[in-house]
Amino acid sequence: MEHTSFGDQRNATFSLTEEDHTLANALRFTLNQDPRVMFCGYSIPHPSEARVNIRVQTTGDPAREVLKDACQDLMQMCQHVRSTFDNAVADFKKGSSRE
Amino acid sequence: MSSSDSDSDTSMKEAQDKGFVSALDLPDVPSQKLPPHLELRKTRVLCNADAPVNTDTIQYSGAYASMGVDNSLRLDHFSNNFRVEVTRLTEEEMEFDMVGINPAIANAFRRILLAELPTMAIEKVLIANNTSVIRDEILAHRLGLIPIKADPRLFDYLSENDKPSEKNTIVFKLHVACERRGPRIAVKSDELKWLPNGSELHKASEGSNPNAKVETYTSFTRSQDSLPEFSSNPVTVYPDIIVSKLGPGQEIELEAHAVKGVGKTHAKWSPVATSWYRMLPEVVLNEEIKGKKAEILKQKCPVGVFDIEDLADGTKRAKVARPRACTLCRECVRDGEEWEKRISLRRVKDHFIFTIESTGALPPEVLFTEAVKILEDKCERVISDLS
Ligand code: SF4
Repeated sequence: MEHTSFGDQRNATFSLTEEDHTLANALRFTLNQDPRVMFCGYSIPHPSEARVNIRVQTTGDPAREVLKDACQDLMQMCQHVRSTFDNAVADFKKGSSRE
Repeated sequence: MSSSDSDSDTSMKEAQDKGFVSALDLPDVPSQKLPPHLELRKTRVLCNADAPVNTDTIQYSGAYASMGVDNSLRLDHFSNNFRVEVTRLTEEEMEFDMVGINPAIANAFRRILLAELPTMAIEKVLIANNTSVIRDEILAHRLGLIPIKADPRLFDYLSENDKPSEKNTIVFKLHVACERRGPRIAVKSDELKWLPNGSELHKASEGSNPNAKVETYTSFTRSQDSLPEFSSNPVTVYPDIIVSKLGPGQEIELEAHAVKGVGKTHAKWSPVATSWYRMLPEVVLNEEIKGKKAEILKQKCPVGVFDIEDLADGTKRAKVARPRACTLCRECVRDGEEWEKRISLRRVKDHFIFTIESTGALPPEVLFTEAVKILEDKCERVISDLS
């Protein structure tokens, strides 16, 4: 799934199957927020094929590690969103049952 | 800005008194804050009379590096600033505010809700008899779109080689006939009766062996209503949907098999009627609008965003009372340039008013948490692929 030019770990294209804008756009955001990333972008080669290509170019670290960290960040953000949301719903239910 | 300027001014004076100036105290050394005009561009969409501008979000971590402002993602910063506030919650619908998140992620949640959260929907219809005016394939399609109130998390996907069993299939039967001399009747979706023991239709067997056990179209090993999840709440469908109408003498007899699927295969599996978000509108009066003009402004807005307040000296002044109601119709900035100058219509880029309308399989708040979990699973899959 990964294509790097020979010997250069800094630049790579990752080809994810069974994914679309949902994940790729969110990952592009987290990647862009990482100071080690020089460039990143994604493309969907053909609309009827479930595949995205994510291009990552870094300032020195291996692209694969940077992408992994981006996933990790996104996952942690999701966990935080989930717990915050659950608390908000619980608060709302408590508030409305009291009335 | 101005306060920090004066701070550095005084500290500079002190330093000069001592005879040296630290480079960090010079007024043009970057602070951790963006100048106000850039902050506005970064956080607001400006909805001008002709078109909205600044619609993009600034994602690149080094976007403001030359000003010494770090635009990178710090998780602790995100955690401290992210906020959720529920404004409406019923069994079928909810609205909540999500503040401090990038649209890329908010949109991922929305897309997952629409297309990747599984539900149960009728996929196969075995028609024993249909003399109604509605044709078989249309009837089957209509049945497919009826929401089924069953928790999809209790079921498995039915893959090609699987046999339909109590783990992956819900069977309904529908048998309605209209009397020969009676009035016409409407067949509603609540005529679909759940068969917890599976299919009742017999498969035609080739050899006529009378001793062979008759096979049906499903192979249930046990009844679904003996399972604890269903014994107290039987599977039902959304009632009150007209499936077909029958004239005198017409009849429909069929069996419908529901399986698990996701919305990107077919919209009938989408768990939401729809789900959407809008950014929080912000209406700002750039100058005081008084007297006659205030009245005009209040009249202009069709949703009543503006109110008029009476000042102590007897004049009337317009104020923004309900910015949240603004639909951005831009009626208030239409009559010439002076109105455009008076009022700024903006949207807050990281404040989303998120609405979820469930079709009934799961309550909306559960749908959202499930959607977030799916995004987490996707990340996990990529991580494991990479290691
Ligand atoms: S844009 Fe439309 S809804 Fe919003 S304040 Fe102006 S007139 Fe009212």
